[in-house]
Amino acid sequence: MNMPEKSRDETVSTASPAPDSAAASPGRPVLEASDIRRALTRIAHEIVERNKGARDLVLLGIPTRGVPLARRLAERIGEVEGATPPAGSLDVTMYRDDLALRPARGLGRTDIPGDLDDKVVVLVDDVLMSGRTIRSALDALKDIGRPRAVQLAVLVDRGHRELPIRADFVGKNLPTSLSESVAVRVEELDGLDVVMLGTKGERS
Amino acid sequence: MKRHLLSAADLTRDDALLILDTGEELARLADRPIKKLPTLRGRTVVNLFYEDSTRTRTSFEAAAKRLSADVINFSAKGSSVSKGESLKDTALTLEAMGADAVVVRHQASGAPHRLANSGWIQGAVINAGDGTHEHPTQALLDAFTMRRRLGSFDGRRVTIVGDILHSRVARSNVRLLHTLGAQVTLVAPPTLLPVGVATWPCAVSYDLDAELPKSDVVMMLRVQHERMNAAFFPSAREYSRRYGLDGRRFAAMPEHAIVMHPGPMNRGMEITAEVADSPRSTIVEQVTNGVSVRMAVLYLLLSGSESAIGQIAQIGESE
Repeated sequence: MNMPEKSRDETVSTASPAPDSAAASPGRPVLEASDIRRALTRIAHEIVERNKGARDLVLLGIPTRGVPLARRLAERIGEVEGATPPAGSLDVTMYRDDLALRPARGLGRTDIPGDLDDKVVVLVDDVLMSGRTIRSALDALKDIGRPRAVQLAVLVDRGHRELPIRADFVGKNLPTSLSESVAVRVEELDGLDVVMLGTKGERS
Repeated sequence: MKRHLLSAADLTRDDALLILDTGEELARLADRPIKKLPTLRGRTVVNLFYEDSTRTRTSFEAAAKRLSADVINFSAKGSSVSKGESLKDTALTLEAMGADAVVVRHQASGAPHRLANSGWIQGAVINAGDGTHEHPTQALLDAFTMRRRLGSFDGRRVTIVGDILHSRVARSNVRLLHTLGAQVTLVAPPTLLPVGVATWPCAVSYDLDAELPKSDVVMMLRVQHERMNAAFFPSAREYSRRYGLDGRRFAAMPEHAIVMHPGPMNRGMEITAEVADSPRSTIVEQVTNGVSVRMAVLYLLLSGSESAIGQIAQIGESE
């Protein structure tokens, strides 16, 4: 299997930010900063609605881009509900099923705020595609605690699932072809908020 | 492409920092209820130890097990080595068992290099100490401990004291710390300094008291009686008076400076109990950190289709 989740792959595999290796074409923006802001606000409301409040919520972002998105969602939920739920990060590198297929790489940060037992964990990622990252995240969660429920929020769902995994909260459904690439850029790490749709480089 | 860790000199600054950063993330695992990761499931790591060792072997064993690798411990005592089996035949046996990595400690300098380049085995070779040559994972865990305590390496002064001549720890540390940007000074009686030490990337001094006040790290080495076949100093008492770290010398060190020792210690010889047990001594911490750093090395060498520590193979290899 070739790993198509471009945006994360670039940022995790290289210690220095060098995303240009994959940028065959930078592509065009499909979500601008204001679209992203509105999508996150809506997802925050949906999370609160689904869980009837923000009690027991813990948001865990999947590095790299999922982490700032989780933090922002937590803040939005705080604005709606008055109390900001804890946000952290969950690195899934050690649990991936494709580790042996690619060069070894460095790890992201895992930062779990408190105990997860009987909490409602909302996993947050930038792009959902094959679903393999999410399966790895579920495996990783299992070693950390036993949440009452696990939900999934993603900014972009681009289809092409390889596993029976579905997001509970989606910023935008973006039907793509496999020859395309989706790159999420966030203010905290990249200086701007944008989702780009481009064509794939030589990298597979 | 093969991947080995034979010498600290093979590591670039980026390689070393990648290992330390990965170790830092893995160290956080210690706080979790389940300290195990599934990453090396189905891989076999062989600990091939021709010399006695407690902490290095158990540390590698713990590291491999926390990554879910299968571990085979092989010590020369009680094996066919005591019946005269050669390194080659032992290696071929391990290869036939399907070892993905061989962690080797050997009394002969260069044995891991031979193992890595002979074509006897396909797996990764990790040097866990060879003769008086190198002990790269010890240097990595020392660097890891220093960075945790002091923050960074740039311009930090590290003084390594004692039996430099027989110390693979000193050799690996000088090379790695130099790569990382620290300034190393070796302090020892002239008889315990190796020939050619002037060409090493470090300073040399015979006067411990002059070096202590400007040191950020003082690393004491064990006097290796088992490798000494001649008299290198007149008496243990005289050695300890001139090169031992006692309370008085400890007081001459800067407030923030730390004391390290790779172990095992000769309490009362190169270090007094008072200093060894002080909060500024990192001796026990070094053992804990050793597991994290060795997990990082095993992970980076074994988990991917190729090693993440890019330069290692090129230098360790002659093909």
